[in-house]
Amino acid sequence: MKKLKLSTVATYAILIVWSLVVVFPVYTMLINSVKPQREIFRNPFVPHWPLTFDGYETVWNAGRFDLYFRNSIFVTVVSLTLIILLGSLAAYALAMWRSRWSTAIYIFFIAGLMIPIRLGTINIFQIIQSMGLTDSVVSLIPVYVAMGLPIAVFVLTAFIRGLPSDLIDAAHVDGAGELRIYRSVIMPLIRPAVATVVIFNLIPVWNDLWFPLIFIRAEDQRTVILGVSLLFGQYQTNWTRILAALSMAAIPILVLYLLMSKQFIKGLTAGAVKG
Amino acid sequence: MAQSTAGSEARGSLHRYELRRKLIWLLFLLPALLIYVRFMALPLFNSLGLSFYQGTGLTPERFVGFDNYIQLFTAPLWRDRFFNALGNTAVFFAIHMLVQNTLGLLFAVLLATGIKGHGLLRTIIFLPATLSVLIIGFLWRLILNPQWGAVNQFLKAIGLEQFALPWLGDPTWALIVISLVSVWQWVGLPTMFYLAGLLTIPEELTEAARVDGASSWQAFWRIKFPLLLPVIGIVAVLTFVGNVNAFDIIYAMAGARGEPAYSTDLLGTFFYRTAIAGEHPVAIPNMGMGAAVATVMFLILLVGVSVWLLLTQRRGAEM
Repeated sequence: MKKLKLSTVATYAILIVWSLVVVFPVYTMLINSVKPQREIFRNPFVPHWPLTFDGYETVWNAGRFDLYFRNSIFVTVVSLTLIILLGSLAAYALAMWRSRWSTAIYIFFIAGLMIPIRLGTINIFQIIQSMGLTDSVVSLIPVYVAMGLPIAVFVLTAFIRGLPSDLIDAAHVDGAGELRIYRSVIMPLIRPAVATVVIFNLIPVWNDLWFPLIFIRAEDQRTVILGVSLLFGQYQTNWTRILAALSMAAIPILVLYLLMSKQFIKGLTAGAVKG
Repeated sequence: MAQSTAGSEARGSLHRYELRRKLIWLLFLLPALLIYVRFMALPLFNSLGLSFYQGTGLTPERFVGFDNYIQLFTAPLWRDRFFNALGNTAVFFAIHMLVQNTLGLLFAVLLATGIKGHGLLRTIIFLPATLSVLIIGFLWRLILNPQWGAVNQFLKAIGLEQFALPWLGDPTWALIVISLVSVWQWVGLPTMFYLAGLLTIPEELTEAARVDGASSWQAFWRIKFPLLLPVIGIVAVLTFVGNVNAFDIIYAMAGARGEPAYSTDLLGTFFYRTAIAGEHPVAIPNMGMGAAVATVMFLILLVGVSVWLLLTQRRGAEM
């Protein structure tokens, strides 16, 4: 009995210490972003009253964060919509059509899970240039869609194959066409799997630095992450502003995560454990 | 006679029906295939081809055979930078395997005991994985700041002033410290994988062993650990793929040149400089050489993933 208690204490000790190690930097970032600079250095670990939002205000105006947020939201929403739309169409076909060809196409998609798209950057950049899309947030969309399709096809095909087949057969008997079945039978049923795919792609698309860094120069086309990366150099010595910029980029995802942490964790681990 | 004609007619219409369905499947597949091929599969393939060319500008046009590879492996400047980045990437990967994946297993085992508040602890452990690597990198750069950063303030406060080093400015420490920051960010991922794996192992298995007199330590290593091996394999291969093309954390904490003195330069940053930003001292991107670097990274990935597939296939066959 005594031994059991000791192990419980040790379990809590380890997990709580690590949780503090995780929370501490995020906490310091947030509380110091609403302090005057000299208070940060005087007492970095305690909130300072009254809160000041000068850092946020300066960064928001100087960095045109209204534009950056609009760009990031635009790219993320359009990319995710296309990933779900094209991915579910393909997954429906792959789940229904059983042949050597469909297996080959399926494997071709799945291979993309193991190969980082970054390695093709040079040629992608050439394609973007030849399409006249350089220096535009639009250029990011096809890249993110291509990047997100393997996981979408993987998760959605498995899910559709697991659906009871009489549902689809019954719709066939009623004379519904494939597009109709896809729209009114399949789509409503695969919602949980769609949520997984959305979460799986939301984080890497929103947080991506690589492609904006390479494709985008113009200020009005920057994404939030690219904007932060450029501001960081500019405000080297003004910690209030730096921390405000970092917090501003982190807060939307942080809030979303804390509201839906169960779905996030399930979504991000779903694919790998099954495979 | 009449019957068999009707039969073949029916077969004919069934055949036409099947053909029509296949055509529809193809139409459903087409948009996804087009984008995937155009923006992912073909570019990867074309990068391979580009590695045999040289030239300034966006599209290298002079065919040079294996010259880029020969340069990369033998020309003093290229060779040194390449093998330096390769070695650093190996260290980066080793630290992730050792620290991240061991800590992940420990956390998962502790969380799987179902202690009170495990949901909250799980949420906290996973939290940094949702944030941008760039933000994490910048934040830790401030925390590790030699003068003002919290780490050194803390060391001074507890009387360990001699250990208050300029962590990111010291070539022997920078790579290790940056790797640990990356571990800090990503440890939630293996934790969640292991946790999901542990929860699928029926309690009866370990109960039975406990009844037979095994300690919980023995029960873990003899029963649970072997059953977790497939998940450990997946974690290893995901860590490998992620680390071979890691870029953001170095860019955020040490710049694109892997400061100080290239001591934190990884294959990902080396590729970025060669192909995009231009390698010091000539700040002109070298697309042909960049493609060669990408191809080498691709081959490294291919070997690693094949080894993993081979190992898991063999284990599957034995079972």
